[in-house]
Amino acid sequence: MRELKILAVVVVFTLITYYLVEPFAHGQMHKHTEFNNFNYNGKSDIEEVEHKIAVAKAANEPTEELEKKLEEKKQFWADVEKIAQLQGDVAAGEGTYAMCQGCHFEGATNMGGVTPPSLEHAGSLYDKKYLIALVKNPAMAMNVDHKFKDPAMHPMGAIMGMVTSDQDIANVVAYLKAKKAGEVTSKEAFVEACGRCHADRYMKWTQVGFRPAAKEDIKTGKDINMLKFEQKVAEEQKAVAEYMGKLPPDLSIIIRARSEHFLKTFVEDPQSQLGGTAMPRTGLSKEGYEKVEEFLADSGDAKRHERAELGPKVLIYLLIFAIFAYLWKKEVWRDLH
Amino acid sequence: MAHFTKATSLHDWLNQRLAVDTLRRVLAKEYWIPKDINFLWAMGMVLAITFGLLLVSGIFLLMYYQPNVNLAFDSVNYTIMKEVEFGWLWRHIHGVAASVVFLIIYIHMFTGIYYGSYKKGRELIWISGMLLFVTFSAEAFSGYMLPWGQMSYWAGMVITNLFSLGDLHMNGLVEWIRGDYVPGQAFLNRFFMLHVLLLPLVIMALIGLHFGTLRIPHVNNQEGEEIDFEEEAAKYKAGKKAESKVIAFANDFLAKDMFVVSVFLIFFFYLVFYHYDFAMDPVNFDPADPLKTPAHIYPEWYFLWSYEILRPFSTNVGLVAFGFAQVIFFLLPFLDKSPNAKPAHKRGLFKVWFWVMLVDMIILTAMGKLPPEGIFSTIGLYAALTFIGLWIILPIITKMEKEV
Ligand code: HEC
Ligand code: HEC
Ligand code: HEM
Repeated sequence: MRELKILAVVVVFTLITYYLVEPFAHGQMHKHTEFNNFNYNGKSDIEEVEHKIAVAKAANEPTEELEKKLEEKKQFWADVEKIAQLQGDVAAGEGTYAMCQGCHFEGATNMGGVTPPSLEHAGSLYDKKYLIALVKNPAMAMNVDHKFKDPAMHPMGAIMGMVTSDQDIANVVAYLKAKKAGEVTSKEAFVEACGRCHADRYMKWTQVGFRPAAKEDIKTGKDINMLKFEQKVAEEQKAVAEYMGKLPPDLSIIIRARSEHFLKTFVEDPQSQLGGTAMPRTGLSKEGYEKVEEFLADSGDAKRHERAELGPKVLIYLLIFAIFAYLWKKEVWRDLH
Repeated sequence: MAHFTKATSLHDWLNQRLAVDTLRRVLAKEYWIPKDINFLWAMGMVLAITFGLLLVSGIFLLMYYQPNVNLAFDSVNYTIMKEVEFGWLWRHIHGVAASVVFLIIYIHMFTGIYYGSYKKGRELIWISGMLLFVTFSAEAFSGYMLPWGQMSYWAGMVITNLFSLGDLHMNGLVEWIRGDYVPGQAFLNRFFMLHVLLLPLVIMALIGLHFGTLRIPHVNNQEGEEIDFEEEAAKYKAGKKAESKVIAFANDFLAKDMFVVSVFLIFFFYLVFYHYDFAMDPVNFDPADPLKTPAHIYPEWYFLWSYEILRPFSTNVGLVAFGFAQVIFFLLPFLDKSPNAKPAHKRGLFKVWFWVMLVDMIILTAMGKLPPEGIFSTIGLYAALTFIGLWIILPIITKMEKEV
């Protein structure tokens, strides 16, 4: 039938155009970054330095510093692998955990740029090997070692002098994995993993907590508590911005602004997507990431369930409409042929 | 004064005052359409329906949108998308319709080109159509500014910069358009005005004009046959409907239109619910930041072909080429010198011209989105030259065409 042939031509040209401007063009514009399945073994960190060495060699620049760094990284992640093989002792780990609580406690305040997060769900949120790496050398684990001449200068760097033996590291991580691994809500996941740096105004989250309900004074129309709260937020943001070099962006609608692939690879290794970025790695486990993602979706794509529910209904309605339209056309055209 | 009698029914009451029977006869019952047409002739109706969807969804969005540089982004992404019941649905309808309307406009235009429907008395249909295309483009661009995201801001910056006209350095003109040195509150306010008032008014007037221009020449048909409408209408009215070469607008043509519209709506709402992101660029979900240029700035897909005609050349040459691309389609009825108002497959070289033009514009569209580097900018350059070349040879090849 002629009409169907014409339709096929229209559809083919439309699809070709679509393919070229969407999947093809975006594939060309964004370099592809491999996703490591929330597996923290230093692969991308090592590749990053190798890449830098190659670039320096091509430009005839000295590479000794970088070669040293490469060896250091390889050694570090090999050690992490070794510690991961050790049998951790949960009871002994509890004692070590007390040291963590020197900084990580309810009501902790800013230290060296950020407020240490609550560790209440650290066992579920973070990957085991990442936690080992973090206690061994926070700057190296977070892949921000280039920013610190001495890794002990990292805001959490003091831990390196406190927990020194491999067995102690294995113990405290075993403790976290056993005792701090309860069910975690999406809200807790975001607050504990991202909330010290990122605000989310659509969820009323700020770097110092959720925004309280406004309560203006009847006589003055001013809300003194809110003003005090705003001041606290401003001070915290200033500290974070000084530490990071810029204020981390508000994540209210990041779920629509970045692809799914970008977000998970970025969280796994920020450097892989934004070379030179100030954001440290956050070392989330698969479960931890899913919870964070759910929070971001609740923030920036809140009506997705409603959308999924309404879609089929509208389409079925239109299908029925189309059937009636077809029957009407047939009826009207019967005596036209 | 006219003579009025006591009405026997509401219909009669209206008829005496509004001549509804006459209106119905002139606009519907005896508005003749050739029988030999295919679904491509329903694209006009599809466009009218899509414009209706844009208008209605736009009115709903307008109830919550705030044209203020500090509030605009959140009024859309928070208030409308999260707080207002079904606000997300209206926004997705509006965003997807704004993109799909151009797909249909392009199909509608290329249908007109293929069947030669801009010739022999149909020149004004074509010109009013092109005026609609230009106004729709302005409407889409002004609408894109409103969420005040990164792409709004930077596309606004880049496009308004074009008005400095290269080495003419008309910076005063650019500032006059923006109302400021850079896009800001004044800029947002005036594009808001254009988008929700002035341009929709112009579009509605132009749709009226477009329909008016169709009246006397009537629409074309699949074979480009010249029909004696009076004779054929007489046959139809005498009951010889099967024999007549024409059909009535209502309900004959309308019934077919509505079926095409219903299929279109299935496609459209599929996009609204499951595939809206092609029409709502992720970059525009980052709030406008004058200090941070996005890595890639590109217009929406329907502007890409003309953007690519601008890009491969040096500034001044590029602007001339761009200006050429903007106006040249208006001149189609006068550059096509052929005596035939026939479909392209009956017209020899013009058939080749048509398909090369279509493919060339798709290539331009693709290259307009890709970063202008390496092979892509070379392809873009040749595609732009081909576009210009095609228009130069059009009068020549159509002049050579024999009457069929
Ligand atoms: C220690 C502070 C810190 C923490 C914790 C943190 N981020 Fe970031 N994040 C940053 C900084 C700084 C930037 C800005 C990076 C830049 O522009 O280079 C950023 C940027 C981002 C971006 C935007 C990247 C882009 O393309 O511009 C995303 C997405 C993001 N972070 C997600 C997260 C998520 C999800 C978490 C929690 C799992 C998180 N961040 C935890 C500091 C942090
Ligand atoms: C000297 C204070 C201090 C001590 C002691 C300390 N931390 Fe931290 N910790 C921090 C700070 C500060 C941060 C935030 C660092 C940043 O975002 O750059 C942090 C971050 C973390 C994070 C989040 C890492 C991420 O990727 O988001 C975890 C998990 C963590 N610490 C676990 C521990 C454990 C387990 C211990 C004990 C073995 C410990 N910390 C001891 C200060 C400390
Ligand atoms: C929103 C915008 C538009 C609307 C609502 C619209 C509507 C219509 C309608 C209802 C028809 C009659 C039915 C048909 O042939 O499809 C028509 C015909 C036509 N339109 Fe448009 N149109 C629009 C834009 C354009 C544009 C951009 C062009 C090209 C420049 C154009 C060119 C034509 C031509 C040439 C015809 C005559 C077709 C023929 O005779 O076979 N229109 N339009």
